[in-house]
Amino acid sequence: MGREFTVGIGGAAGDGLDKSGDTLAKSVSRLGLHVCAYNSYQSIIRGGHIWLRVRIAEEKAYSHGDHLNLLIALNQDTVERHAREVESGGAVLYNSDRFTCETSLLRDGVVGLPVPVNEITKPLGRVLPIMQNTVLLGALIYLVRLEFDSTVGVLADTFGHKGQAVIDQNVKILRGGFDYAKEHFVPLMKDAWKFSRIRRPFVTGNELFALGAVMAGCKFYSAYPMTPASSILHWMASHGEKCGVVVKQCEDELAVVNMAIGAGHAGVRAMCGTSGGGFALMTEAIGMAGMIEAPVVVVEVQRGGPSTGIPTKTEQGDLNQVFGASQGDFPRVIIAPLETYDCFWCTVEAFNLAEKYQLPVLIISDLLVSEHPETIEPDDLRYDVPIERGELVTEWPSGNGRYKRYANTSSGVSPRVLPGTEGAEYVAATDEHDEEGILISDVFTSPPVRRKIMEKRMKKMELVLKDIKAPVLEGPADAAVTLVGWGSTGGVIREARQLLAAEGIKTNQLQIKYLNPFHSKEVTEILRKSKKIICVEVNYSGQFARFLRAETGITVHDKILKYDGEPFEPRIISEEVKRIVAGKPRDLDVSMEEAREMAYHYIRTHLADAARPTRVEMVKGNSHGEPVWVVEIVKRDTGEKSGELEIGVKTGALHAWQPVAAGR
Amino acid sequence: MATVVELPLETYQGVVEPDWCPGCGDFGVLRALEIAAQKLRLPTKDIFVVSGIGCSSNLPGFFHSYGVHSLHGRAMAVASGAKLANHELHVVITGGDGDGYGIGLNHFIHAMRRNLDLTYIVMNNQIYGLTTGQASPTTTKGHKTKSTPRGNVELPINPVALALVSGATYIARGFSGEAKHLADLIAGGIAHKGFSLVDVFSPCVTYNIVNTYPWFKQRVYKLEDDKGFDPTDTEASFKKAFEWGDKIPIGLFYKSEEVTYEETEPALKKGPLVRQPLTIEKKLFDDLMAEFY
Repeated sequence: MGREFTVGIGGAAGDGLDKSGDTLAKSVSRLGLHVCAYNSYQSIIRGGHIWLRVRIAEEKAYSHGDHLNLLIALNQDTVERHAREVESGGAVLYNSDRFTCETSLLRDGVVGLPVPVNEITKPLGRVLPIMQNTVLLGALIYLVRLEFDSTVGVLADTFGHKGQAVIDQNVKILRGGFDYAKEHFVPLMKDAWKFSRIRRPFVTGNELFALGAVMAGCKFYSAYPMTPASSILHWMASHGEKCGVVVKQCEDELAVVNMAIGAGHAGVRAMCGTSGGGFALMTEAIGMAGMIEAPVVVVEVQRGGPSTGIPTKTEQGDLNQVFGASQGDFPRVIIAPLETYDCFWCTVEAFNLAEKYQLPVLIISDLLVSEHPETIEPDDLRYDVPIERGELVTEWPSGNGRYKRYANTSSGVSPRVLPGTEGAEYVAATDEHDEEGILISDVFTSPPVRRKIMEKRMKKMELVLKDIKAPVLEGPADAAVTLVGWGSTGGVIREARQLLAAEGIKTNQLQIKYLNPFHSKEVTEILRKSKKIICVEVNYSGQFARFLRAETGITVHDKILKYDGEPFEPRIISEEVKRIVAGKPRDLDVSMEEAREMAYHYIRTHLADAARPTRVEMVKGNSHGEPVWVVEIVKRDTGEKSGELEIGVKTGALHAWQPVAAGR
Repeated sequence: MATVVELPLETYQGVVEPDWCPGCGDFGVLRALEIAAQKLRLPTKDIFVVSGIGCSSNLPGFFHSYGVHSLHGRAMAVASGAKLANHELHVVITGGDGDGYGIGLNHFIHAMRRNLDLTYIVMNNQIYGLTTGQASPTTTKGHKTKSTPRGNVELPINPVALALVSGATYIARGFSGEAKHLADLIAGGIAHKGFSLVDVFSPCVTYNIVNTYPWFKQRVYKLEDDKGFDPTDTEASFKKAFEWGDKIPIGLFYKSEEVTYEETEPALKKGPLVRQPLTIEKKLFDDLMAEFY
């Protein structure tokens, strides 16, 4: 295993965390290191807690990992909440003009590294508060043994449009931080990195949905703003003109999908994107696309549900919805990208399937794969993508007779003409219709015509199944445990398996990309040989496990489920696997760490953010009918005790707030 | 795109006979659309008629051209997408008052704001006919229907006034009892560059026993006969939009020349999207990739 290092950056929204993280990631990536980052952001523009992790590695990193080697704290809150996550040998880097980092908050072997930002920037004239990030970044370059010039290059590219003076100013500030660290600290990395100098694209899944669409010939993209799908719209909007794409922000998702279907029907490759709530509004039209056999690609980027849910958090909870969208039976393809670069290829393939089989293709993504940035290999993306449009008829001579848009063919695919073609006029209908498109729903009702046209439409799914790749088992065939996942969890499950292998637990993995149609036969054959099947999903009920049972008759032995909004980390999965293998029950109690986080929630909502939790201890005998976590709360400025919170270990209920003044 | 020859009217007739109730106002609208297409010499291959759901939304199936009989309320969106994909098509949307002013109202308003070059014909019978006679968004106050047995308590939508405030650039109202006049209004709408609304009094002879042919015949008068009226005068148009009662105006309420959505959309500068190459230049791909480093 190559070397790796994980940096955490925490602060308030509006502190410019995104920019610093991006500069760091790009600097590192230019040196030929791999980067995988994750931003636990909130849906507020300023204030609030932002937590960004950047994992830097010599070998491909499939997740943001579960280590923390250096914490850059931009506010007091970050120090309090994340300092103890830093592992031995690591450090907390912070602006000492603003706050302090008590050693009591640190684990053994972790040091606090104060940086007097004002003193460093004083000689440089007036400097914006946001520039503290650049000072700390400069110090980080020294601490992590990166290269100063690489970051200078990134800053030059970032601020290029603002002129040389701005670049110079930034570089000076960066230099200030770097020199200060060199003078006062020792590097945290013991050995030098092996810089491969291979330059890799640093991308998000949403960017690749957009780029993949453009490369596949998409000419129409419609959307209504919705997190976490909006960045597809943003990329498309800023590149649409150059790429010849009409980008339409619509009044609602009903318009979004119906416009895309109208465009697809008229002959252009059309796509739209949304999240679960928007997709819920689109459902009727998805059925229309199936019925009128119009090609369309819909990207559904899942976030935490139900309802408005947790808009800026990840989940895989929309599988049931995507399967069940719209009334009746109709052909639909559902694809879940397995990792970032796969978002590009899923989109290319989605357009080909949509046009070859004249049906809606639904790409089910999630916030994690759509929004976290990572480095991919330069040749992961290609210019010459395959484009297959299926059976398109461009001429219809009068000798051909009347054109039958929905001709009953042996394949189920009826050759398509586009509106504007001479002599083949027809009307597509959402009512059931015959081969020509004439309604059989009212006066011309006809059970046999209905039966055959339904069979024709559904038959296409058999062809699609042959056209898409069956999943393969990854890892040793004789493993004790088979981990089954779908979509974006592929990478983190793979890393969890490495951890388990190191502890002597042999596992393999079946990661599902094509959800519909489903390779029931192949999956059954693989899983029938598995000793213990554990399904890993980011939802409450195990939606895929249920689907798997329906498709294969196989009931998984256990499920590892997460629905707190944060993505899986390798160790969470490996620990759960060990628990299941050991036959222990799942522990749903509130942990000490969780009690502390719940205390922060109370402090933010009820104590004006002016306090912080310190001691946490479990008390068993009490009047609440369950053990409680008693969390001591102290004032942030004086450290004076302001009270105690009692949080139920079983229920998570906030049983009591006992302020000191109340005489406790 | 117009051909030189005027085609026989049958050219525009669909293979299937309309299944509307005998005497339905929609027959007059279908005929008027055929006459308008003939008058404008439109080739059938270049006409794209989109409808929603309802009695009147069956119209595309009785007309010979390309089209989509789409979902309830969504015709405008489907049509907008098709128009942006191929703006050389003459895109006509047909439907009823429930479809366009009820479930699809949002799309109607936004399509007008956009000034897409679309022609919207609403067969307004002030009732839900296909579902056997419930109140619609244009049912008059006090009207007793199956769903309002004590009389409708809501105000009706005023489509002309709504179109005026929403940015439509051609606003007309016709009466299916005046097919030739209606045909002129529809032809004017199709020829107009920008969004055109043709709201049509199209009586439901089965379920609306109030707003009948005789009811309208007694009341309607043509705006063209009012020599003092100027449809480019917004204020005058507003006044006419609120005329209702013993005298109800039909004809062209408003017309203005504004830039269309298609004209401002940069991706359409090279011609219809449907004719653009699917692949972008290699140089552009390299530039897009460079942004990721």
